[in-house]
Amino acid sequence: MAGVLVIAEARRGELREVSFELIGAALAAKADAGGRVAVALIDADPDRHAAQLAPAGVDEVLIVTSPLAQFEPHVAARALAGLIEREQPSLVLASHSIDSLGYVPAVAATRALGFASDVTALSWEGGGPVATRGAYGDKLVAEYDFPGKATTVLMLRAGTFAPVAAGTGAGAAPARGVELDLSAAARSEHLGYREVEAGDVDITKADFLLSIGRGVEEQDNIERFEELADKLGATLSVSRPLVDAGWMPGARQVGQSGKTVKPRVYLALGISGAVQHLAGMRTAETIIAVNTDPEAPIFSVAHYGAVVDMFELADELEQALGA
Amino acid sequence: MKIVVPVKQVAALDDEFELLDDGSGVDPDGLEFSLNEWDTFSLEAALQIRDAAGGEVVVISVGDEEAEEGLLSALAKGADRGLRIWDEELEDLDALAVARVLSVAVSREAPDLILCGVQSSDAVNSATGIALAGHLGLPHVAVVKAISLDGASLTVERELEGGLVEVVRVGVPALLTIQTGINEPRYATLRAIKQAREKPLAVESLADLGLSADDVAAAAGSHRRRLAPPDRGEGAEILNGSPAEVAARIVSLVQERIG
Repeated sequence: MAGVLVIAEARRGELREVSFELIGAALAAKADAGGRVAVALIDADPDRHAAQLAPAGVDEVLIVTSPLAQFEPHVAARALAGLIEREQPSLVLASHSIDSLGYVPAVAATRALGFASDVTALSWEGGGPVATRGAYGDKLVAEYDFPGKATTVLMLRAGTFAPVAAGTGAGAAPARGVELDLSAAARSEHLGYREVEAGDVDITKADFLLSIGRGVEEQDNIERFEELADKLGATLSVSRPLVDAGWMPGARQVGQSGKTVKPRVYLALGISGAVQHLAGMRTAETIIAVNTDPEAPIFSVAHYGAVVDMFELADELEQALGA
Repeated sequence: MKIVVPVKQVAALDDEFELLDDGSGVDPDGLEFSLNEWDTFSLEAALQIRDAAGGEVVVISVGDEEAEEGLLSALAKGADRGLRIWDEELEDLDALAVARVLSVAVSREAPDLILCGVQSSDAVNSATGIALAGHLGLPHVAVVKAISLDGASLTVERELEGGLVEVVRVGVPALLTIQTGINEPRYATLRAIKQAREKPLAVESLADLGLSADDVAAAAGSHRRRLAPPDRGEGAEILNGSPAEVAARIVSLVQERIG
């Protein structure tokens, strides 16, 4: 195999944790299939992160200096296309992150690369990569191969590949600047960042979260679960659809675009467990999931599960607690 | 302003779905179809812009007869006309191949704006829209949760991880992928559902678009070789019994862990 090219990610001057998961996956691929591992960073000031991106096993760090301080998808696309052209990797590993979703598919399309996104496992067969990902909303898994593709780019799901610990094994790999003309590539203008407003409670600090999802069905039903949370001594959190509907503030949302929580107990009622939700709660110490669909993906991360209607369960919990 | 909204009729597994014996797919009898949830938000965003600024909303779908229903529901909600692209060669396309097919139809429309859903609920590639932008050579912004239009300039909010939002300006023509929650999708009235059948809804083949099966195959990025049930690992310990018994177990589990 010619080699693996990792596209590391930084935002607002900090390396993103997924970068180390990508490097971990690349080193595992090198162990399985041989070849070289190069780690590229496209950033306004990439040199400052170069040492961190070269744990033992990485053969080279590629430095691509962006003319812009912030991520810009068209600059990133031109940089990725240039890197592929110069380096001719057989495999490119990027993160299935919001930034990468904004440009990697465009490069894969225009250059007719092998491509799969939201990849959860990677193996090798006959010298080529085989990618595993979910199908039908993660109720099934599918395997893909990439016949006839000289370069395949895979976008890896965050939190599924073991990271290389930052800074382990000193950075012996040389850093090399790759000169690409990115000066006129930008087609959008960064105006600023905004944080979601903090709410009345910080759900990341709670020991016990009672979390409700689409199963609550109507806005009028939420009050009942707020009261139930009070009686249980829990804090109420929610999954995305309740925030989308405007029923609850964003500060209560668990998931990729909301908060990542790690309570001692996470009691999920009527939450099916989309991957973006699981990303925000899978490391809770004890997860108890209640859903009427026995195939709901949330049962794959729960420690305890019950196939029960959340309203019937609420009736019984209220009675047990003397409501 | 002319806006194209590519939509997808998605498939969900019903309670009794079965895999085909060769593992190549799911028995179609076990699938339930509906308009992709993300596309109801991109459609609503397009309708709101048209209602404010004038113009036309064109919905396009690549799919068999099932996709007709999705297009009709988009027409009932207010889209002006529809196009369905289908050919037997188009069975089981991946995101990049769909983007290639769409690119020909969209480019023919020469729209000012293309609004796609961030992802489809069945395949969850989150790739078709941005791949389409690549083929069209248009500026693009992914995962948008607010849009304001000022002349030929769009100010949009990108939803990043962890509750962070980036505000970005981009000129038209452009392609945006739209996140759920950006608006409140409208429902169609019964009258509008009846009238939708009077609106223009064309069906075209690959040949009509000037594409060959080889063109589409060359654009595909992947080949699915197997579909299987997930390895659930050890899975959850299932709490059996009546709702009262389940409630009692949950209360004691919580007490053991929280005290």
